[in-house]
Amino acid sequence: MKKFTLAAVAAALVGSMVPASADHTIPLLSYRTGPYAPNGIPYADGVTDYINMINARDGGVGGVPINLIECETGYNTERGVECYESTKGQGALVYFPLSTGITYQLIPKATADDIPIHSMGYGRTSAADGNTFSHVFNFPGTYWDAASIIIKHMMDMEGGSLEGKKVALVYHNSAYGKEPIRTLEELSKKHGYELLLLPVDHPGQEQKSTWLQVRKEKPDFVTMWGWGVMNQVAISEAASIRFPMDRFIGVWWSASENDVLPAGDKSDGYKAIAMNRPGTDFGAYRDIQKHVIDAGNAAGAGDQVGTILYSRGMLNAAYMVEAIRTAQKIHGAADITPGMMRDGLENLKIDQARWTEMGFDNFTSTIDVTCENHGGPGLGAIQQWDASSKTWSLITDFVGADRDVVDALIEADASAYAAENNISGHCK
Amino acid sequence: MFFLDPFFYEILISGLLAGVMYALVALGFVLIFKASGIFNFAQGVLALFAALTLVGFQTGQIPFAHLLSLFGLHATHWGAGFPTIVALLFSLGVMVLLAWLIVQIVLKPLVNQEGIILFMATIGLAYVLEGVGDLMWGANVKELNIGLPEGPSEIILDATDMFIDKLEISAAIVAIVLVVSLTLFSQYTKMGRALRAVADDHQAALSVGISLETIWWIVWSVSGLVALVAGVMWGAKSGVQFSLSLIALKALPVLMLGGFTSIPGAIVGGLIIGVGEKLFEFYIGPLIGGATENWFAYMLALLFLLFRPQGLFGEKIIERV
Repeated sequence: MKKFTLAAVAAALVGSMVPASADHTIPLLSYRTGPYAPNGIPYADGVTDYINMINARDGGVGGVPINLIECETGYNTERGVECYESTKGQGALVYFPLSTGITYQLIPKATADDIPIHSMGYGRTSAADGNTFSHVFNFPGTYWDAASIIIKHMMDMEGGSLEGKKVALVYHNSAYGKEPIRTLEELSKKHGYELLLLPVDHPGQEQKSTWLQVRKEKPDFVTMWGWGVMNQVAISEAASIRFPMDRFIGVWWSASENDVLPAGDKSDGYKAIAMNRPGTDFGAYRDIQKHVIDAGNAAGAGDQVGTILYSRGMLNAAYMVEAIRTAQKIHGAADITPGMMRDGLENLKIDQARWTEMGFDNFTSTIDVTCENHGGPGLGAIQQWDASSKTWSLITDFVGADRDVVDALIEADASAYAAENNISGHCK
Repeated sequence: MFFLDPFFYEILISGLLAGVMYALVALGFVLIFKASGIFNFAQGVLALFAALTLVGFQTGQIPFAHLLSLFGLHATHWGAGFPTIVALLFSLGVMVLLAWLIVQIVLKPLVNQEGIILFMATIGLAYVLEGVGDLMWGANVKELNIGLPEGPSEIILDATDMFIDKLEISAAIVAIVLVVSLTLFSQYTKMGRALRAVADDHQAALSVGISLETIWWIVWSVSGLVALVAGVMWGAKSGVQFSLSLIALKALPVLMLGGFTSIPGAIVGGLIIGVGEKLFEFYIGPLIGGATENWFAYMLALLFLLFRPQGLFGEKIIERV
């Protein structure tokens, strides 16, 4: 009896190490609870609805359905790692944890396990160097791209120069919030502006001193790397001290409706960088409506459709679907392994014609991932909030980052990481 | 010199007003601890739950709409919602009902248990209540507007060039009214005397016919009222969202400093913490990398504990063996 039990347990364990079915398994590390849930929910809903639409409309990718396994991280790094450990044995093709802290922890683990990570516009910026970070992808842009594009926009507003100006960075005092500092420091040397660093502790509900510093220092611009309640409080405080909202520019994680709505009319004119166009007038949205929402299968409460973070979740899922398709094409197989998925991500090409076919006409930038460049194209546009209509709209075209500065920083950081970890580079 | 800096007085006033906001949260802890010896870990979540309920009533949201959709009911709102004053009264009613449920389900079975058991029960209560709040009202960020004035006060700005938020001035006035009312209630009403009797000696109070169960219900209800006020003030500032429960972290150093059993202690403690952390962050923070407010509040409280372990106004407890 004991032998039989052991055999049964062993069989169950072995069974869990291989895909239970022929589905493409994608773990969705989400956070629907805790202080950051208002951001985690729309993102997870966007991913889920898009994947369900692909399953309902196309029967999956290449005839193989996608099996989304949701695991709650609570935006907590330890729980994120637990989610990774508990799902990787189920044939997980890729991870996208929506947390810089979790991404940092997963980089060495996933690389060793031959499972790719897609940290879309977050995570470790130098992972854009594909030669060093073989399994990590952060396209369509990195924090450093975002910082550079924001500075470019400030320069445009100042007639092309920031010489003698003062730029303040209000940031979440975490690995995420500290990411743009190096780039902003380098850019300050190049463009002659003074950089003022103003950290805000988690969760950021009380920022009076920070904004008194802003009042005292009188920066010409403020940029923000915030998340969760920090964004709402910062925007309210900025409005309270009458800081001009059009000179307050957030990163793409400080750019959702959640961030501006609590401040009401005071948030009018606030700007942020965007990686995709706001709104719902796209084919993919119509397909989600038809195949998912109208069928009564909307994710969560179904009340997030059309928000900025929902669209970003959709975009993330669309990249994954297209990467699976690319992997299938490269390897000539419908069923793919995580290693094949990595190849799919590394060879992902989506031009505007393909985006249109996918139902994302003029939605976002062209993607051309290579072995060396996992972070490109590094484009971003500036969006602005209209409090009266409660809508975001793009006020610039998608523009590129200062590649001279950003690429040099990426190379330096990636080289240091490669030396520390004895990585010789995998692009021959 | 600090005193010559034109920002010094603005920081001082901002610190005092922020301190009032901390004290509002700390008051809820004090009320329950004073009457029952329970350190209520769920106080921050109570504030969140109260604010969520208020917004729900104000906006006409159907509670548990997401769950009801599983049974084919897809509506999320029943109408335009109640006027603010009605919504406030209904929310208070919900908090009173919640207090009764907490006493009946959580506390009553634990009568005569160690304080640590009751504390652990409130930890569980915090998580349960957070989950129930999520299921009832959803986790999205909600705008809370009860008509309180917001933005910098023009009169103060014109006269002094200081940006003092009208919302924080309102919070200070509300806190003063609340403290005076609680003090009057505690000193001059029959119920207040009963509460103090229970606080002084449970056994003696029981022996003269005071019902512990009723007292606990009243205390948790009053604490629910304080949570509602704190939730409204903090929610109006940053929107109602689940990080609101973390305001409890701001109350802990206030309690350590002011003492766990003193209502004036919560107020004075809040003011000291508010002013201390703001001045430190503004003048010293930039020299040491900033983001000092969270840890400095605890450091300040610990420094006080070195000299007065019971806090500024706490009762000195000497146990003889």
